[in-house]
Amino acid sequence: MKDNLMKNINPETKWQDLTPGGNIYASGNSAEFKTGDWRTVTPKFIEEKCKQCLLCVPVCPDCAIPVVDGKRLDFDLDHCKGCGICAKVCPFDAIEFVKEGE
Amino acid sequence: MAINERLSGNEAVSFAIKQINPDVVAAYPITPSTEIPQFISQYIANGEMTTVYVPVESEHSSMSACIGSEAAGARSMTATSSCGLAYMFEMLYIAASNRLPITMAVVNRALSGPININNDHSDSMGARDAGWLQIYAENAQEAYDNFIQCVRIGEHKDVKLPVMACQDGFITSHAVERLELIETDKVKAFVGEYKPEKYLLNPDEILAVGPYDTPQYYMEHKKAQTEAMKNARKAIKEIAKEFEAMTGRKYDMLEEYRMDDAEYAVIIIGSSAGAGKEAVDELRNAGVKAGLIKVRVFRPFPDEELVAALKKVKGVAIMDKTDSFSAAGGPLGAEVKAAIYGKVDGITAANYIYGLGGRDVRVEHIKQVFEEIAELVKTGKAPETYKYLAIRE
Ligand code: SF4
Ligand code: SF4
Repeated sequence: MKDNLMKNINPETKWQDLTPGGNIYASGNSAEFKTGDWRTVTPKFIEEKCKQCLLCVPVCPDCAIPVVDGKRLDFDLDHCKGCGICAKVCPFDAIEFVKEGE
Repeated sequence: MAINERLSGNEAVSFAIKQINPDVVAAYPITPSTEIPQFISQYIANGEMTTVYVPVESEHSSMSACIGSEAAGARSMTATSSCGLAYMFEMLYIAASNRLPITMAVVNRALSGPININNDHSDSMGARDAGWLQIYAENAQEAYDNFIQCVRIGEHKDVKLPVMACQDGFITSHAVERLELIETDKVKAFVGEYKPEKYLLNPDEILAVGPYDTPQYYMEHKKAQTEAMKNARKAIKEIAKEFEAMTGRKYDMLEEYRMDDAEYAVIIIGSSAGAGKEAVDELRNAGVKAGLIKVRVFRPFPDEELVAALKKVKGVAIMDKTDSFSAAGGPLGAEVKAAIYGKVDGITAANYIYGLGGRDVRVEHIKQVFEEIAELVKTGKAPETYKYLAIRE
């Protein structure tokens, strides 16, 4: 067994190269664990309608709406679960939902 | 010089634990294993051990405490029986899949119900698929010797799995026998210090133990676990060789008793092998080519060794001290038959359930088994799928 950090382990990794019992030899690395593949619907950011009120940001349970210099950016789809809460709170219809794959 | 003593099985295992002086013992009392935590508590109170004793409120907690302390880097041990082992069930799998080499003294006792405190193998056999190694003792000497070896086997770098060191409740655990103990400095040198590669209390390295496993990884982790169990076969043999060099006492996956030219054999686990060997001797004196195979290691399963031992045998009785309620026999019966299928020709294999809930197994019972298999071989009749030995009906 190899002393892999989590980022070196992916769904192609052979059993010989995994750590015993899935032990993780690093901390603060949950961002590297991509959980967006659970999503069945995907939020779409309509930038022209967005007023940057930032009401959507704190309600996201997955911190999947990145903010840089006081402005929200497009969704972090590696971690967004498509729960729809952000679209519900947006007063300006700046978030739409499409079925995954459409 | 080895130390001559007279001890019960529980005393012998407790003495081994005292000599090893592990970092942590977390245990909860349950008959007939209660004496083990009791003796260890006394040793600690007397200042004879430096082990941290964790007095827990249940067996689920004792196993959880061992898992936590073993992951932290501490050599951890416990003891239990029967319903206590059943109460650990969930945590047994955690210990094995997290690859934590905890050593547990199992003092085998029937599971309720009807409620019963006496010996059979239903407790550890019920946990046979939990991913633990299982090594069974015939007597107090073996309980002591096995326990010391189990520590090394579980901690072996190619294994890293928890181990159950099993002995029969009351029959072995409470009967006082003469045995040879090993000097404490030799025991300490034999088991060495526990030096895990990764452990939670290491200030220089980060480690998270027991994360969630998604379907993309779970099966690969199970594959690693099953390979570790395969590796255990080699480790068991290597460590037995070292142990033999130290003590002169020989151990292997199986013990074969008068099997060289045996035509009829019984396969048995634990203390009843004593009555079995006596039956073999009496039959040999009467000219019957009888032999006995004692399964010492049940996990990993000694499939190749059984095939080799049964090659020339005409009829074999596989003795289960538990019923799996498959309505097709006991676990040893099923696994021996699976192991020899297609590999041993023309053998008659019968499966018996015996000794449940402390039912005495006497020499004449085993002789009766030999007679029955000899009769089956002679008449060419197929045996019943399984049967209860010496049952009132
Ligand atoms: S709530 Fe709507 S308008 Fe406000 S920042 Fe989010 S997307 Fe833009
Ligand atoms: S859909 Fe849910 S998870 Fe995705 S960005 Fe919006 S609030 Fe966050």
